Amino acid sequence: MHGLPPHTKLAAVFAFVVVVVSTPREAMWAFGLYAVLLASVARHARVPARFLLKRLLIEVPFVAFAVLMPFVAEGERVDVLGLSLSVNGLWGAWNVLAKGTLGVAASVLLAATTELRELLLGLQRLKLPPLLVQIASFMIRYGDVITDEMRRMRIARESRGFEAKGVRHWGVLAKSAGALFIRSYERGERVHLAMVSRGYAGSMPVIDEVTASRAQWSYALALPVAALVVCVVGWTL
Amino acid sequence: MDTVTASPTASLEVSGLAFAYPDGHQALFGVDFSVARGERVALLGPNGAGKTTLVLHLNGILTGGAGTVTVAGLPVGKRHMAEIRRKVGLVFQDPDDQLFMPTVREDVAFGPAAAGLKGAELEERVDRALAQVGMAEFKDRPPHHLSFGQRRRVAVATVLAMEPEILVLDEPSSNLDPASRRELADILRSLDVTVLMVTHDLPYALELCPRSLILSEGVIAADGRTGELLADEALMNAHRLELPFGFDPRSVTMGA
Repeated sequence: MHGLPPHTKLAAVFAFVVVVVSTPREAMWAFGLYAVLLASVARHARVPARFLLKRLLIEVPFVAFAVLMPFVAEGERVDVLGLSLSVNGLWGAWNVLAKGTLGVAASVLLAATTELRELLLGLQRLKLPPLLVQIASFMIRYGDVITDEMRRMRIARESRGFEAKGVRHWGVLAKSAGALFIRSYERGERVHLAMVSRGYAGSMPVIDEVTASRAQWSYALALPVAALVVCVVGWTL
Repeated sequence: MDTVTASPTASLEVSGLAFAYPDGHQALFGVDFSVARGERVALLGPNGAGKTTLVLHLNGILTGGAGTVTVAGLPVGKRHMAEIRRKVGLVFQDPDDQLFMPTVREDVAFGPAAAGLKGAELEERVDRALAQVGMAEFKDRPPHHLSFGQRRRVAVATVLAMEPEILVLDEPSSNLDPASRRELADILRSLDVTVLMVTHDLPYALELCPRSLILSEGVIAADGRTGELLADEALMNAHRLELPFGFDPRSVTMGA
């Protein structure tokens, strides 16, 4: 899993999510099977369940939204424990919850088994516009540099007795943000100069050729294909 | 080796170079000098003397003024830009500007890969450049996890990987602690390449470069042996160049 070329994993996760999303929500057993599929992938990749569950917390805001749905949706109502809930809303909540959780879990697995940098190589290989890939890779490279700059500016502010205590101080913070923007912009210009000096002419040279063999592709695509079978059965039943 | 005039073996020849920025500020007023192959030359000058402007002309990032720059017999201009940029290795002052790729290895590979190298040949080039600056074991590290001195050395490697005719360093010793400074000096001395070093660090210039140029107010004000220039108090004062406290260039005995 960890050793698979990144673009095969990306393609597999994307296909899996598409299949999951297009499964009819009434086929509850299908979602159970999907979860089993993901669990076996996680076992295969030796991603501990705890890690996976912890990362799933990112989904919480969507869960909150899903929980609201049965209360606010229109249509036929049923009584559950004395609460009047909408049937449509219940199905909708289930739909969001099941598909969302499976999608997030698949992405977490991808992220757990692939380095950020490899992901970018994969996206490049999958013909994502090169400009987007370049922007993303610069974000990775310069994120730390800019955070550090921000930290130094904060220390400089505080060293001169400034403390952000309320609305009155927002102006100062806004000016700092502006200064940070200008500094980053100027750094961008200097980086561009350095790139041009080393022969950059609009596109990144290919340093690591990522290629996948047929076996690697079929290994990666086993997950979405299995999911597709489940999905098709779900539609025909 | 000191006052070398234009010759067929010159790595770099600058003649009559003048340049004004679009806002009207004129930075260079006719600069002439040449650097022979294998020489190490320091370019000294106070802030605002036009040093950076001059450096940006050497690989054609700034053009459009009067005069010519020739690198190993090739005129700097639109026609040979790719070749010129391969031949002139600029090392910028802030390594964070120079190292823009996610790992050291990819960064060093950037220049040669842009020139069309790939596969084992590219890998070999990267390994050799990193070995030259003693950073081979940091190959797969992200640049922002290295110390400042290490980043500066990798920055030098990114340029060495392009096998340049001339290495141009902008303030190579700035922000380095004494040990990193000495390590960089050892590396620069060990390289078999022409070096033009832009610096305020006069002892460093004396240590590394037998010959110096003084750029002041957009012209070359002096060109000669570094030790003699630094010892010429009238000249130094005239161009806002000051030696560090307690440093006497006459008392320095150079090592091997």
